[in-house]
Amino acid sequence: MAEMNIIEALKSSLDDLMKRDPNVLTFGEDVGYFGGVFRVTDGLQEKYGAHRVFDTPLAEGGIASMAMGMGLNGLRPVAEIQFADYIFPAYDQIVNEIAKVRHRSGGEFTAPVTFRTPAGGGIRGGHHHSQSPESQFTHTPGLKVVYCSTPLNAKGLLTSSVECNDPVIFFEPKRCYNGPFYGDPHKLSTWKGHPDADVPEGEFRIPLEQANMVMEGNDCTVIAWGTMVHICQQAIKESGVSCDLIDLQTLVPWDRDTVVSSVKKTGRCVIVHEAPKTSGFGAEMSASIQERCFYHLESPITRVTGWDTPFPHTTEWDYIPSTERISKAIRATQED
Amino acid sequence: MTDEVPLATAEPFRVPTAPCRPEDESSFPAWEWMPEDLPLLPIDCSSEDTKEHAYGLLRVIDDDGKAGGEWNPKLDPEILKTGLEYMLRLRIFDERMMKLQRTGKLSFYMRSFGEEAIAIAQTMALEQHDWVFPSYRQPGAQFVRGRDMVSMMNHCIGNEMDNVKGRQMPVHYTWKEGHFISISSPVGTQFNQAVGVAMASAYKGDDQVTITWLGDGTSAQGDYHYGLNFASVYKPPVILCIVNNQFAISTHANLATGGPNFASRGLPYGIPSIRVDGNDFLALYSITKWARDRASAGHGATHLEVYTYRAGAHSSSDDPSRYRPKDDHLHWPGGDPIERLKNHMISIGIWSEEKHGELIEKIDSEVVASYKEATSYGDLANGPYPPASTIFTEVYETVPWHVQEQREELGK
Ligand SMILES: Cc1ncc(C[n+]2csc(CCOP(=O)(O)OP(=O)(O)O)c2C)c(N)n1
Repeated sequence: MAEMNIIEALKSSLDDLMKRDPNVLTFGEDVGYFGGVFRVTDGLQEKYGAHRVFDTPLAEGGIASMAMGMGLNGLRPVAEIQFADYIFPAYDQIVNEIAKVRHRSGGEFTAPVTFRTPAGGGIRGGHHHSQSPESQFTHTPGLKVVYCSTPLNAKGLLTSSVECNDPVIFFEPKRCYNGPFYGDPHKLSTWKGHPDADVPEGEFRIPLEQANMVMEGNDCTVIAWGTMVHICQQAIKESGVSCDLIDLQTLVPWDRDTVVSSVKKTGRCVIVHEAPKTSGFGAEMSASIQERCFYHLESPITRVTGWDTPFPHTTEWDYIPSTERISKAIRATQED
Repeated sequence: MTDEVPLATAEPFRVPTAPCRPEDESSFPAWEWMPEDLPLLPIDCSSEDTKEHAYGLLRVIDDDGKAGGEWNPKLDPEILKTGLEYMLRLRIFDERMMKLQRTGKLSFYMRSFGEEAIAIAQTMALEQHDWVFPSYRQPGAQFVRGRDMVSMMNHCIGNEMDNVKGRQMPVHYTWKEGHFISISSPVGTQFNQAVGVAMASAYKGDDQVTITWLGDGTSAQGDYHYGLNFASVYKPPVILCIVNNQFAISTHANLATGGPNFASRGLPYGIPSIRVDGNDFLALYSITKWARDRASAGHGATHLEVYTYRAGAHSSSDDPSRYRPKDDHLHWPGGDPIERLKNHMISIGIWSEEKHGELIEKIDSEVVASYKEATSYGDLANGPYPPASTIFTEVYETVPWHVQEQREELGK
């Protein structure tokens, strides 16, 4: 075990994967010599050579289609998209090509590509360095969608994603790379001393499709992913309500059993995400939960989300779901 | 995991790298191009006629500061003085904004350092009503169009007076009055949009030309190729510039194309294509004026590779000493665009070191006065910001019910 931040944990996963499987390659804009603008691949080119860790032309569509081709022909590429906001030039390749090739080829071809991409706000990045586009991918059959939140699950989930034979969109909460974020921009924290900063150095997996029960309680189920997991932890404390906090970790396919049994226990549910509300993944969950828990529900399932607007620059703290908004929603579930 | 595939031991495919890294000496090949090299071209020339110009380098100011060759625009001294003043203003403005960035008064900044001549000379060569469709590296065009520095700063520091209402990161200017179209972060998106803007001008019968720029790195995006192709099909009044400043963040231009240079990529599209010295004010002015005349006369697009060097960091988040020699920019054979114009002006007797020093002082005090005024309206560290209600407005033409409800929920 070693203490790591999320960047180090991701690098440790890639290092382990590349050591074990010569078919794993990683590439993207500034990924090779420089080691990535967030430093995730720092040192890997030196270790594994320029044909396994390399820079690409600045073209996300090209990165995705090249990755698909490599995947079709037996490699296991890990492509970095510098910011999730810039995944859209690759959207056609991901949605129409990579996601569908297994099905459309009658199972003859697959493209086991993993796209790693930093997402979410909190770094004053304005609307083009802050978005959380997960639901644009959860709505695409054929893709698995993963969102890490801590060094421990960053490593375990990335390893499982790369080893998965289906394409995976792997989101990284950039605000939490160097420390968990509890919602107060004036309080910086690092991963030092956090229980989930203790990460196994060698081979380590967390299965996809498995949620993580971060806290256990009795009266409300709070579901989140990415940065929101930490903000919810703080919000739950502030609310004074005894809650289950579920870090979903994998959005497609999601761990419905864990969620349903929690909601049956607590009878209440708040779903929290940074992405806009309309057609956000919270809507999908809310619908599924009520289908299975209707007779156990004591109050409506509610959502606390980003607004249905572009992500702002100066006023970003009025956009990202705050501990106030979340704790208020949790408390509201307790009223009769 | 996948079945074991034996790996080639030798390099299985080529992965280009930068010509020099931090531990190396800078190694730019010396320039052999001279102002006399390239003949002036008729504005109705074909792409083939520009072959020499695409593979060569159009220069007007030589290494000794003398202007020569058929492309010499022979500008009035007043124009030269104005150009120099704008370039200095941009450099000093950028330096001040970087200082403010370090103190948290703005979140992020990008300088035009070493590339000041580009937006300024090229915009000066256009008409005041022509459309400018920039990337984040051409904010200097706004000085040419007369934008007030305080208003530019208000945007960067995200205060209540920001005309973008705090919605965008710094340097993402928008200024409709100056025919300066809003800058977008996703790189390259403007390129074929500019073709559309130009087509609309032509459709409306306005004598209005559109100029757009993107970087060497960005020319790898599909948008660059869409732009060239659509422009070759429709022949709209547009000037398509690729600013080859050698780097895209840490990635060298040799990863943007495996071809011999950038300008020549326009030739197979049938678009006259010229490579121009991006640190040469006169060459930039001259070629842009020529391209404007072509566009305005109905001969369609011109494709320019503006050959330069990104002298500074990519942005305030970048440290180039991690991937290239620290003083690399001092070795760029094209030198410093401001020094080049200044030396030329001194050599023709219209300028002096003394006047230059005075001008710098004048601009310095204007910039200081502007930033004092701008920060008096608020800044990112201290507010006041545009009100949070601006999150909800102008998403649509009118605020729909669901957005209105969310605004009420925020209660601000
Ligand atoms: C679609 C997209 N992908 C990635 C980025 C991140 N990014 C911002 S600038 C940049 C490099 C651009 O380099 P270049 O086009 O050469 O222009 P320069 O910065 O040198 O002026 C990158 C990769 C982005 N803004 N948009």
